[in-house]
Amino acid sequence: MKIESAKQKQASDWRLGIAEKIFNSLMSNAAILMIILLSGIFITLLYSSIPSIKQSGLGFIYGRVWDPVTNQFGGLSFLVGTIITTFLALIISFPFSISLGLILGEYFKKGIVSEIFKNIIELMAGVPSVIYGFGALYFLVPAIRHIETHLGVPAYGVGILTASIVLAIMIVPYWASVAREVINLAPNDLKEASYALGATRFELIRYIILPFTRSGILAGMMLALGRALGETMAVTMVIGNNNVLPKGIFDPSNTMASVIANEFTEATSDLYLSALIEIALLLFVVSLIFNLLGRQIIKRMASR
Amino acid sequence: MESPILKVENFDAYFGTNQILKNINMTVPKNKVVAMMGPSGCGKTTFIRCINRMHELNPDARAEGAIYLHEDNVYEMLPIILRKRIGMVFQRPNPFPTMSIYENVIAGYILSGTKLSKSEKEEIVEDSLKKADLWKEVKDSLHKRGTFLSGGQQQRLCIARAVAMKPEVLLLDEPTSALDPISTANVEDLLFDLKKSYTILIVTHNMQQAARISELTAFFYLGELIEYADTKTMFTAPKDVKTQNYITGRFG
Amino acid sequence: MAKNKLNSRIFKDRIFVSILLLIGCICALPLVLILFFIVKQGINSISLQFLTHLPKPVGEKGGGVLNAIVGSLMLISMAAVISIPIGILGGIYLSEKKGTKIANLARSSAEILQGIPSIVIGIIAYLWIVKPMGHFSALSGGIALGFMMLPVILRTTEETLNLIPNSIKEASLALGVPYYKTILRIILPCGISGIMSGIIISLARVAGETAPLLFTAFGNPYLNTNINRPVQSLPLIIFNYATSPYDDWKQQAWGASFVLLSFILIISVVAKFVTRRWRVQF
Repeated sequence: MKIESAKQKQASDWRLGIAEKIFNSLMSNAAILMIILLSGIFITLLYSSIPSIKQSGLGFIYGRVWDPVTNQFGGLSFLVGTIITTFLALIISFPFSISLGLILGEYFKKGIVSEIFKNIIELMAGVPSVIYGFGALYFLVPAIRHIETHLGVPAYGVGILTASIVLAIMIVPYWASVAREVINLAPNDLKEASYALGATRFELIRYIILPFTRSGILAGMMLALGRALGETMAVTMVIGNNNVLPKGIFDPSNTMASVIANEFTEATSDLYLSALIEIALLLFVVSLIFNLLGRQIIKRMASR
Repeated sequence: MESPILKVENFDAYFGTNQILKNINMTVPKNKVVAMMGPSGCGKTTFIRCINRMHELNPDARAEGAIYLHEDNVYEMLPIILRKRIGMVFQRPNPFPTMSIYENVIAGYILSGTKLSKSEKEEIVEDSLKKADLWKEVKDSLHKRGTFLSGGQQQRLCIARAVAMKPEVLLLDEPTSALDPISTANVEDLLFDLKKSYTILIVTHNMQQAARISELTAFFYLGELIEYADTKTMFTAPKDVKTQNYITGRFG
Repeated sequence: MAKNKLNSRIFKDRIFVSILLLIGCICALPLVLILFFIVKQGINSISLQFLTHLPKPVGEKGGGVLNAIVGSLMLISMAAVISIPIGILGGIYLSEKKGTKIANLARSSAEILQGIPSIVIGIIAYLWIVKPMGHFSALSGGIALGFMMLPVILRTTEETLNLIPNSIKEASLALGVPYYKTILRIILPCGISGIMSGIIISLARVAGETAPLLFTAFGNPYLNTNINRPVQSLPLIIFNYATSPYDDWKQQAWGASFVLLSFILIISVVAKFVTRRWRVQF
């Protein structure tokens, strides 16, 4: 080995020490940044909502009137709009998500059919929200309008039902992926025991696999819910943007996310802005809760 | 006798509150092969990892006592300097997967920023691969990735990588336990040649291997150095009853 | 009697798969419809002029989406510059210091950050950057998108590095290689495939994001390369044109959708290719 002079050696040792220190601190700071970022987001939302919280208090949640002109900010319409669209979307997407989960997790784990549906799910997840919204405007809205005319209701075309349908399409890939994973993980010995008892595959699925994977599918629902809550663009484009409490599924309405998207840049007063930010805070907290719930369920399943 | 290359004095090692090594005292003369034996969990692997301070990768690790390489206290040196003087080969062959065979051999120089001329590099690569008895097999594919070699060849590549740094001591942690019998025999033959240039400490589970290749054997049990003697004596007339029991297979 | 029951069971079994597949195909219908129309209508709109010209006022022929294309590229470049170094470094930390309090907290934070609705991120970027600056800007949009990419890159990096066997790190350290060089020159290159794939996938995702840009980048009818000024992007222009009452603009929305989807598709294919080609065997 080359012999360095004592001085050279000291200098390079010193440089090395500094390099190591810098690297280690960069690494840890990057990780800590996540914590700071999250806290910062929460604190900012909270702080900026304070004017609105002071003004409306709990009336924010059960107030029906959203009138920026008279400084009345009751968010009930959006809460209800959000709840109904999300709920409907989950119901509509359930059979599709489970079907895809069963197709990929039980029947076609390999092969062409598997590849086709895998790619379908990937594509569905990859299409941006705004394009779903555009497609819905072009196809779904006229179709719903048609149905509404038949039923004799005001033919807006846009409204809660339309938004729920688009939302359902958008959450299918996420729910289906989770469903597929849990169905795939159903233990082989359970399946073999069932076949040995003479069960058909359908019976195996209905009586054994689906009950076994119930909590996993529930977890998938939580995660899909979390996503649905935050879905903005597609919903904004087809929900009708009406700040009134919806009375039926054909009514135009608004969700928490869509009202923010529509009105944020037009918020004229500080209070108005604060009210919109309060809605964002609510969105943040609620989607956080469902996200955590979903992950908790998955963790508990993994540990079993 | 000339001064020993390694001296271990009253050495204890802890992981957290667990004491893994208890009061180890040992001297290793130059250019000998010393085998470390003992049942699983006896501390023999921890012991050699303490010599090149690899045990410090565990944040709960603590050591007391002294280990001297020549006259230098190992625990008062910079680890990265120490590890250039003491090389290590691991149980599972671990050539760097993104590097070619050539790059693997001189990895220790390149990654530490040591500047070498092209001819110096080539000399080191050829010399080390020859010492590891791998040169003939790979000399035409030096710039291929190391992961395409067989297990035994990969291990010899790791040996070449270690000797390329021209260390004084080589620590081998069960280097043949993941290899097939033919590769094992190849590596053992290698050690006979290597000990001319290096002092070798080898951890082994295989008593026949220890008997074949080492001049001195150390028997560890539950963290203590029970017996340390020349190999022939150890295997034919062990002094301690525990050593006797281990050798006759009373416990694994 | 028993035979009838048996037949009915077999019948149910056979028909079940068919029903499942039918449902699966119905699922694919919206996707196929959208893709088909985007290609059909989009191709009609795509021309060299469309890609290289700026939007014209309604009624005038021959507008283009150059400003949106350039804007989108600017925004995702900024997002990448912000999120890649921090994400990778953080991911290394999480992988190396697994089990420590900070690592666990950081990981949970990243998981939560990933689930925040994109419009909320937009509001944060507005409050932290647009408001102090006093105007909309590409910078704020890029930062918003960066916030969205960051946790994904962090977690992908961590997961990729976790798969690398510990003995490779030990081999490097045992050679006397300093720790930081071990990580940067041995470990990271081993994980390059997974890390790159995570980066490219999150790029594809933010390329299509609209909500965070609504009040940050905001949109701009003119070509703008100044990061301190508002900028147009493909998803924003699709939103504006699609919700407008003008047929001409709606037609252009198809074209812009075509461009956006092509971009996302190309990136995703590149990601798959990169993952396979750069995969390292241990």
